[in-house]
Amino acid sequence: MDNSKMIVLEGLSKAFGQVQAVDKLSFSVQAGEIFGLLGPNGAGKTTTIRMLGALIGPSAGDAWINGYRVGHQDQDIRRSVGILTEAPGLYDQLSAERNLEFYAQMYAVGDMDTQIERYLKMLGLWERRHEAVGTFSKGMRQKLAIARTLLHEPNVLFLDEPTSGLDPQAARMMRGFIADLKSDGRAIIMCTHNLDEADRLCDRIAVIKGSLLALDTPTALRRKLFGRTVVFHLSESDGRFAEVISRFEFVQSADMVDNKLVVGMDEPEQHNPELIRVLVEAGAEIQFVGELRQRLEDVYLQLVNQEN
Amino acid sequence: MKKIWTLIRKEWAEVFKNRFVLFTVAFLPLLFTALPLIILYVSKSSGDFSDAIAMSDLPPQFLDMCDGLDASGCMQYFIVSQFMLLFMMVPMIVPITFASYSIVGEKTTRTLEPLLATPITTLELLTGKALAASIPAVVATWLSFFLYMIGARLLAVSPGVLGKLFDPLWLSAIFVVGPLLALAGVSIAVMISSRVTDPRVAEQISAIFVLPLIGLFVGQSTGLIFINEQIILWMAIGLLVLDFGLFAFATQLFQRETILTRWK
Repeated sequence: MDNSKMIVLEGLSKAFGQVQAVDKLSFSVQAGEIFGLLGPNGAGKTTTIRMLGALIGPSAGDAWINGYRVGHQDQDIRRSVGILTEAPGLYDQLSAERNLEFYAQMYAVGDMDTQIERYLKMLGLWERRHEAVGTFSKGMRQKLAIARTLLHEPNVLFLDEPTSGLDPQAARMMRGFIADLKSDGRAIIMCTHNLDEADRLCDRIAVIKGSLLALDTPTALRRKLFGRTVVFHLSESDGRFAEVISRFEFVQSADMVDNKLVVGMDEPEQHNPELIRVLVEAGAEIQFVGELRQRLEDVYLQLVNQEN
Repeated sequence: MKKIWTLIRKEWAEVFKNRFVLFTVAFLPLLFTALPLIILYVSKSSGDFSDAIAMSDLPPQFLDMCDGLDASGCMQYFIVSQFMLLFMMVPMIVPITFASYSIVGEKTTRTLEPLLATPITTLELLTGKALAASIPAVVATWLSFFLYMIGARLLAVSPGVLGKLFDPLWLSAIFVVGPLLALAGVSIAVMISSRVTDPRVAEQISAIFVLPLIGLFVGQSTGLIFINEQIILWMAIGLLVLDFGLFAFATQLFQRETILTRWK
């Protein structure tokens, strides 16, 4: 097995009675990679994370985390991964520090006090460490939960909806923090419904709905589904310009929308100069040229609706 | 062992933040300390026991235990021995509520999943939960027992009767059978807690398991059952086996997957 692959799934499946929650998932995640797991509610994202975190057993298939086999070396897996569960799951009666102490002892963290201080300071909770968690805002709880996830320095992280319910400022802070975790060389699987967040953070994305619908980088997914689209902003709207460039074989589509000429094609870096020249010769005044970036949400909806 | 102790300390830190909980743990043992002392004091103040109750009213088997005591002392011994039985039972009755909340409570507050994600084994988890519930009740009962002994000596009973209370029979009942009963009770309660989805249901079902103990108390008071050294010994052996069996069974019954995926 490739050592850089810290998470490997091979046909991983989970059935609850007659319901097939996860069906033959296969992919791998490398060190220093953030892997997004997208899908509608009930798609099997949390079930997948629970299987990978050795919380529940698979019905079929295999998975290895840090080289440990799921269902066979579960205690080793639990020791070496960090799971941020969907709900923070903290003890409200206890202080932030006491919550972390408890988990640090559970994970047998060597330098407990240093680790607790480090993460509480990093996440801006140090000053409130003695306060009961029950008095904390949702954002503070989420920060504390992520501190708990990291205390034992796991090199594999499973983050289930890490920014769920956070205000924009807290969500932004959390995203920055997750990006920093990646640079520490950890392998991270992140479940989210926030497609913008997945687009910004994830190196690769898997869209699942029980089974795997698509897997690639966000950019590649866009291209696979929508191809590439270049927009020429012209000084005037004229249907003639669309006709002129439709003659080229590499042009897949050309439409005039107001004063914008929207052209679908592969490899625009290669073809744009020629198109610009032809358009100028035909009398077009080009104000600027840009590539239309499809939103990940459109990609996601297309994939999920196709499956429906 | 470290994880068990960590879990116990967390449970205590969490539960005893609430002073009312502390009160509920201490209330029953203290009540069973005060009540017999009051009875003894009132009885002594109002005259000789043997004047009010005939010796023939006592269970015949009990009279054999009054060896060396006069009629009054025997009557005193009968009264205090009834409460000695309660001191044996209290460690089982008190922690059942806490134990029945232990697993289902973590589930409803959504703290169970992060806990199960740690490298804690099911046996460690259940042992920690059971000990966290039973130790305070056992300690509170023992402390109450010592208070009772001091109070009995100061308030009413004769040195002869007091000596009888330090008989190995009662010391075994309180210091061996009591904790074993507590463990049996909390094991059942923790088992129920890991199988139901509502803390109230767990408490209600667990409370049913106290009924046999009440039967034992009533049986002893009415003379139907006579607690002697032999019964205490057999109870201790039986409970030891039962505790191991219950723990093994509870560990088997604890289905992480079911708890995480089917409970809402």
